[in-house]
Amino acid sequence: MRRSKAKALWRGLFTTGGEIGRGTYLVISASVFLVLLAIWWAVTSAGLVPPLFLPAPGAIWDKLAGLALDGTLWGDVEVSVYRVVAGFVIASAMAVPIGVLIGTSRFWEAALEPLADFIRYMPVVAFLPLTILWAGTTDLQKFLIIWIGTFFQQVLMVMDNVKRVPPDFIGLGRTLGLSELKLQMKIVIPSALPGIWDTLRITFGWAWTWLVVAELVAADSGLGYRITVSQRYFETDVTIGYILVLGVLGLLCDQMMKALERVLFPYAKRRG
Amino acid sequence: MAPKLEIKSVNKSFKRTRALSDVSLTLRENEFVSLVGVSGCGKSTLLSIVAGLLDYDEGDILVDGAPMTGPGLDRGVVFQSYTLLPWLTARKNIEFALKAAGHKGAECRRIADEHLALVRLAKFADSYPHELSGGMKQRVAIARALSYRPKVLLMDEPFGALDAMTRHEMQTLLTRVWEQHKLTVLFVTHDVEEAVYLSDRIVAMTVGPGRIKTEFKVDLPRPRTQEIISTPEFMALQKRVLATIREDLVSDEA
Ligand SMILES: Nc1ncnc2c1ncn2[C@@H]1O[C@H](COP(=O)(O)OP(=O)(O)OP(=O)(O)O)[C@@H](O)[C@H]1O
Ligand SMILES: [Mg+2]
Repeated sequence: MRRSKAKALWRGLFTTGGEIGRGTYLVISASVFLVLLAIWWAVTSAGLVPPLFLPAPGAIWDKLAGLALDGTLWGDVEVSVYRVVAGFVIASAMAVPIGVLIGTSRFWEAALEPLADFIRYMPVVAFLPLTILWAGTTDLQKFLIIWIGTFFQQVLMVMDNVKRVPPDFIGLGRTLGLSELKLQMKIVIPSALPGIWDTLRITFGWAWTWLVVAELVAADSGLGYRITVSQRYFETDVTIGYILVLGVLGLLCDQMMKALERVLFPYAKRRG
Repeated sequence: MAPKLEIKSVNKSFKRTRALSDVSLTLRENEFVSLVGVSGCGKSTLLSIVAGLLDYDEGDILVDGAPMTGPGLDRGVVFQSYTLLPWLTARKNIEFALKAAGHKGAECRRIADEHLALVRLAKFADSYPHELSGGMKQRVAIARALSYRPKVLLMDEPFGALDAMTRHEMQTLLTRVWEQHKLTVLFVTHDVEEAVYLSDRIVAMTVGPGRIKTEFKVDLPRPRTQEIISTPEFMALQKRVLATIREDLVSDEA
């Protein structure tokens, strides 16, 4: 007997390891956004909340459109994207090799893992005054905050990615007589790469957060700076609009990295 | 015939267990020897030591009369976990080993394709491991281990994770390949039928500490086919080997 279509859809949607089409997936995701938007619209247009606390979606849209037209929005996005990408690339370029090293050699693990763990637990915001002292309100100060906030976590996560390389892969490399360097280059790194990519994708989100924190506190440009200024003048529409822009940027980056992951590592199929 | 692999009085202890006690075993050239025994008697430990992947405390291991000093291309290993590199296609997985063994580009491809045909996977040369079934993956792994012509092939329960049907298929394939290629094989299994079907000789190990208990010569004619399993000679031998292993199970419970 053939299972009915409705039942198959139900199973796809709600059972562990179920499968649904990409279209269905998008419809569900988009609906959640639309429902939230509708609630927001209803609450504001019914006058339940004063616009100073929560402006209507339309008002925010108009404000953002205006800022986009006069170029303010693009200028802010450009500066912030530049800072976050630069800071993140610096942190990652340092963290990946060091993480691989710690994950491979017990010497480097003993030398650096406890240190990274120690620093990782220091709250990043506590470094804000220090970084301003050292680097003022320059871009360098933003890079520093992003670096402090992501580098140490990345090192530990990459180390973990490397340690998860199946021991039999390493055994295989050894029985094939590979040198230590070749074992690293041809087996350990390729094997850990999908995991490392995932680490980068996740930590990029954190880099955004640290950038905005840094810009909120000390900056004369960027998305975070505009949010601080708008709050000073009670421009709640700008504040919320920019927060939404940050969300959209984050979502775009994440989707881009996920799409790249499917291209780069088609064999590392994750569930769902 | 000349001894190919000699294991001489090997001892190995882990922190709390004596895994191997005075284990000696010699494999002649082109001999197929199976190691059987209850779980925990040290079969995998012995195999890893011979592969050079695990250190041991005392003893000597000689390949072709020369002392073994670590893992190397003279001993091929087929792991239970398949160990195909997921970012390489079936063909590229075999070429990977061939390149490590010093073969050049075009030659690699030719040898890889030959060996894929040998395990009847020519059509799947460009498939990635995740697109292959467990049995197919293990066939690629066997093809890879054969491709660079190691002197000794070490296999630790290579068919352990496969269902009964696929297992039989793989056993048939392995005997066929072995009968064509002639190769010295040390094969670990806990499936006595499999051991009798494949081997020239069966070595039964025992626990506490792990050591060699008895050996059985398998005097069944070759080439072997699955029909042989139901002959009285086969069943009698299988019974004797099983009885030897069962003694350990009983004394375990006592
Ligand atoms: N890395 C290890 N550390 C400590 N003890 C170990 C280790 N590996 C194996 N042992 C111990 O050594 C003994 C032999 O283990 P081994 O894996 O060789 O058994 P086996 O015969 O292969 O068993 P099975 O049939 O279950 O695979 C066992 O008692 C086991 O607990
Ligand atoms: Mg074992």
